[in-house]
Amino acid sequence: MTGNPYIYIFIMAGVSYLIRVLPLTLIRREIKSTFLRSFLYYVPYVTLAVMTFPAIVEATANPVAGALALVVGIALAWFGRSLFTVAVLSCVTVFAAETIMSLL
Amino acid sequence: MRETNRTELLQGLRDGLPIGLGYFAVSFTLGITARRAGLTAFQAALASFLTNASAGEAAGFTVIAEGGSYLTMAIMILVANARYLLMSTALTQKLRPETSILNRLIIGYDVTDEIFGVSIARPGWLCPFYSYGVFILPLIGWSSGTYLGVMMGNLLPANLVSALSVGLYGMFIAIIIPPARKERVIAVLVALSMILSYACARLPVVSGLSSGTRIIILTVLIAAGAALLRPVKAPDRDPNFEGGQ
Repeated sequence: MTGNPYIYIFIMAGVSYLIRVLPLTLIRREIKSTFLRSFLYYVPYVTLAVMTFPAIVEATANPVAGALALVVGIALAWFGRSLFTVAVLSCVTVFAAETIMSLL
Repeated sequence: MRETNRTELLQGLRDGLPIGLGYFAVSFTLGITARRAGLTAFQAALASFLTNASAGEAAGFTVIAEGGSYLTMAIMILVANARYLLMSTALTQKLRPETSILNRLIIGYDVTDEIFGVSIARPGWLCPFYSYGVFILPLIGWSSGTYLGVMMGNLLPANLVSALSVGLYGMFIAIIIPPARKERVIAVLVALSMILSYACARLPVVSGLSSGTRIIILTVLIAAGAALLRPVKAPDRDPNFEGGQ
C-alpha cells in the first residue's frame, strides 16, 4: 500500500454514493421513452447474470464444485427458495463437492 | 410516525433479515481480501459501512493492494459500480414524484443489488420507510462480516474459504431466477448473458479487458439489444394499479 488508507476509503465511498444518489435526486419525472424504460428494466438481470458466470466457477478451488453450486442455486431459486437459503446451500454444495472430490 | 410508515419500516426490517445474514457470510470473504491489501479490521469495516458494494469493494481493495493512484481508484469504483447508476435510475421511477430530497439522499446510501431487488418488487410506490427498514440489518451484517473476515479470515481452512466464496453468487442467482421463471424474455436474457460473459472471458483481446470493463460493455449491449427487440409494454401511469413492474 502506498497511499493513505483513509483517502482510498473516502474515494471508494464518495464515488459509490454519487453514482447512487445523482439519479435519485436529479431524475424526478417519469421516464417517457419506451426504449430507456425497457433498457433500465433489463439491466439488473443482465448485469447480475454476467457477473455470476463464469465468476462462480473461478471462485472455488475446484471449478466443478463452482459449476455444481450454480446448478443447485438455479434449481433452488427456480422453486422459490429464499435468498438466504440459496446463498447458504450454494456454499454447502461447494463444501460437500470439494470434500467428496478430495476423497476420490 | 404515521401508522403506514411504521408498517413499512417493519416490513422492510423483515425483508432485510435474510439479506443481512447473506451479507454477513459474503463480506466475511471480502474481509480476507481487505486483509491481504493491508487494511486493519476497522478500516475494512469502515470501507464496507460506507461503500456497500461487493464487486466495487473487491475492486477497490485490489487497487489498494497494488498501491494504485487515487484516480485509478475513482475510475475502478465508477466502472465496478456503474450498474448502481442504472439501478438508481430505475428506482427513482418507483418513488412518488413528491418524495423529499432528504429521503432521496438517504435512499441513495444503500442501493445494492439485493436491496434494489426487494425494493423494485414492492407493489406500488416505494415508501422511504420501507427502505430504511431494509437498510438496518444488511448494513450491520455487511460491516461486521468484513470486520470478522479481517480478524479471522486467515484462521479458516482453505476448503471453508472456497465454499464461502460462492455465497455472493448464490445471492445473485436468487435475485435473477424467480423473474426468469415468470418471464420468458428474462430467462432468455439471463442464459444469453451467461454464455456471452463466458465467451468474453475466453476470447482473445476481450479477455484482456478487466472483468469490470467487460461487465459494463456486456450489460449495455445486451440490455440495449433486448430493449430494442422486446420493448416493455406501454408505461403504467400509476404503479399502484399495476403492482409495480
